[in-house]
Amino acid sequence: MKNDIVLAGVGGQGILSIAAAIGHAAVSSNLNIKQAEVHGMSQRGGDVQSHLRVSDRPIASDLVPAGGADLIISVEPMEALRYLPMLAPSGWVVTSTTPFVNIPDYPPVEDVLAELRQLKRCVAIDADAIAKEAGSARASNIVMLGAASTFIDIPFERIEEGIRALFGRKGEQVVAMNLKALRAGRAHSEGQR
Amino acid sequence: MSKQLFLGDEAIAQGAIDGGLSGIYAYPGTPSTEIMEYVQGSKQAAERDIHRQWSSNEKTAMEAALGMSYAGKRSMVCFKHVGLNVAADSFVNAAVTGVNGGVVVVSADDPSMHSSQNEQDSRFYAKFAMIPILEPSNQQEAYDMMYTAFELSERVNTPVMLRITTRMAHSRAGVEPRPTKEQRVVSLPEDPRQFVLLPAIARRNYRKLLAMQDVMVDASERSPFNSYTDGPKRSMGIIATGIAHNYLMENFADGQCPYPVLKVSQYPLPRKLVERLYAECDSIMVLEEGAPVVEELIRGYMNNGKPVHGRLDGTLPRDGELNPNLVAAALGSPRAEGGPVPSVVKMRPPSLCQGCGHRDVYEALNKALEPYGTGRVFADIGCYTLGALPPFNAINSCVDMGASITMAKGAADAGLQPAVAVIGDSTFTHSGMTGLLDAVNEGASITVIISDNSTTGMTGGQQSSATGRIIDICKGIGVDPDHIKVITPLKKNLDENVRTIADELKHTGVSVIIPQRECIQTASRKAKAAAKTE
Ligand SMILES: Cc1ncc(C[n+]2csc(CCOP(=O)(O)OP(=O)(O)O)c2C)c(N)n1
Ligand code: SF4
Repeated sequence: MKNDIVLAGVGGQGILSIAAAIGHAAVSSNLNIKQAEVHGMSQRGGDVQSHLRVSDRPIASDLVPAGGADLIISVEPMEALRYLPMLAPSGWVVTSTTPFVNIPDYPPVEDVLAELRQLKRCVAIDADAIAKEAGSARASNIVMLGAASTFIDIPFERIEEGIRALFGRKGEQVVAMNLKALRAGRAHSEGQR
Repeated sequence: MSKQLFLGDEAIAQGAIDGGLSGIYAYPGTPSTEIMEYVQGSKQAAERDIHRQWSSNEKTAMEAALGMSYAGKRSMVCFKHVGLNVAADSFVNAAVTGVNGGVVVVSADDPSMHSSQNEQDSRFYAKFAMIPILEPSNQQEAYDMMYTAFELSERVNTPVMLRITTRMAHSRAGVEPRPTKEQRVVSLPEDPRQFVLLPAIARRNYRKLLAMQDVMVDASERSPFNSYTDGPKRSMGIIATGIAHNYLMENFADGQCPYPVLKVSQYPLPRKLVERLYAECDSIMVLEEGAPVVEELIRGYMNNGKPVHGRLDGTLPRDGELNPNLVAAALGSPRAEGGPVPSVVKMRPPSLCQGCGHRDVYEALNKALEPYGTGRVFADIGCYTLGALPPFNAINSCVDMGASITMAKGAADAGLQPAVAVIGDSTFTHSGMTGLLDAVNEGASITVIISDNSTTGMTGGQQSSATGRIIDICKGIGVDPDHIKVITPLKKNLDENVRTIADELKHTGVSVIIPQRECIQTASRKAKAAAKTE
């Protein structure tokens, strides 16, 4: 198996938590992983991306080749579109529809969503609303992970374990809430692959 | 031991601890910062009482590491590539003194300038100083190199450079650690004058360094980090250094490159292996992250040997980071990219946090400068550099750490009035203080704003070396206490702050204005930590 994933968002939106959970799941499944993160300047509210590669064979490059990504996971709709050159012809886009507006020329949301609707393989969900329903508005990144998990070839239970590993220190209640968010996200994409 | 998921920076840090490290010295800078942060957070490092405090700048770090080496122990220095410019004096001379305990200098380059002013290649410096370079291609190699680099340093009697780039530093992969070595004990150098670079001794040391060059080449030829893999297609031989080797191999699904490949991860270049590649192939392709350092060597000034392809002949872009696609195109089999970026997508540059005190400083400064017009603000490096972007458009320079005060002075010397410098607290103690002394000594008419947020914000909020002492330092340097003004950068104080700045702009002589308010990021982290312990 091989999953080349591009994670996208805005500095501070928590894409590294998504990466960490998948990373944990991959390692506990005895898979190889390489994950290129962005630290530094762009974390101050700029666009950020992380490349995550999971495979049962050795991985050479830390960067996903452009045109080779099997999956783009974005916590922000305009950011999902920024990485379309990375996407493979058969690749999926899983994105939140909630815009993060911190620039004066942010386009009309309807235009952004219209572009997303043109994509053949795209799951666009209102992650914030789903997260709120699941008990915490702050868990929308975990909702996105759940929605993306359908397209990741790692058993779902391992990803659940990844969540436990990530939030274990914060107590059972936080773990339970994030697991609920994860499952709620997954319910929105199950069967679409 | 089982595999652990490490950032390249973390692999280096753990490799150093396991390799017998006694002290790490560093000044923060992307992408090197996490090396020190890992050691600071390591229980093992605490148990082993490893020195792990930030230094005021890269030069003081380099010198302290050399002092620890003098005393017989193993030390390392970490900084970003431009930090090496600051440390260069001690770095180059440390190759002439030689070492006692091993010294490793980690210099983190940033091709494509993700978070930097330039993309200089640290390998030039190591070549200049005539010391070995290690350039890992993956996280395990980074660990293994650091684990053995102290011995290499002790064997060749010079510091060793570990050169990494952004992708290596900030990419995670599984790493298998090895058993931890003992630290060395305090022991003086055998020759009490080894470190005294008086001309007679320096000449002798320098000849030793020259004689050591053959030993270094020999070490590269035997290094487990360099390898020659033969291939059936001899029309081209490929030299791939460090992480560029990964981008090469990414293009062969079975991991088999049909061309002969020389992987270089230890320098000076392994001469015999290069000679073999050159003899057996019709042309040479050089893949390296950063400047065409190796390519230039192979090609020679006259370029009258076999064809050499790389960044110099346009086969690869002359600047910027490599990636699998660029390398595929260079090999003549470009990869298809995905669809274009739709035009609705807008740029999203970084910006100052909402509520950041620097915002209030610029708002007040812009108002105070209105009567004079724009084009007179010399800034420096830190979060406040983002004041260059809208809505502030407040600054006119950002060159190197400390340059704000000295450039303002030079402009004032030329007759520009008023001339303003904006500098952060960490940058001020890094290399702004000496410039302020120049200004005071000459009574230059400049207004210096030290925007003091009690931290090193840009790099993630590390301790700033003189928190709470900035005012005293300015007094000590000789700034007239009547023209040292402390203000609080808050919206409600805007009018008062504008008045204070406007008054000082009129002063003939040095004024220092110190806006003081903690970075809201570190403040909220502290508040969270405090809430937890309650
Ligand atoms: C020689 C050199 N060392 C390190 C850096 C990395 N660096 C850029 S800004 C900065 C910190 C600035 O801190 P401060 O001046 O307090 O400003 P703040 O970011 O807190 O506003 C550092 C360490 C650099 N650019 N150049
Ligand atoms: S990190 Fe701190 S200093 Fe930097 S922009 Fe944010 S609040 Fe300001």
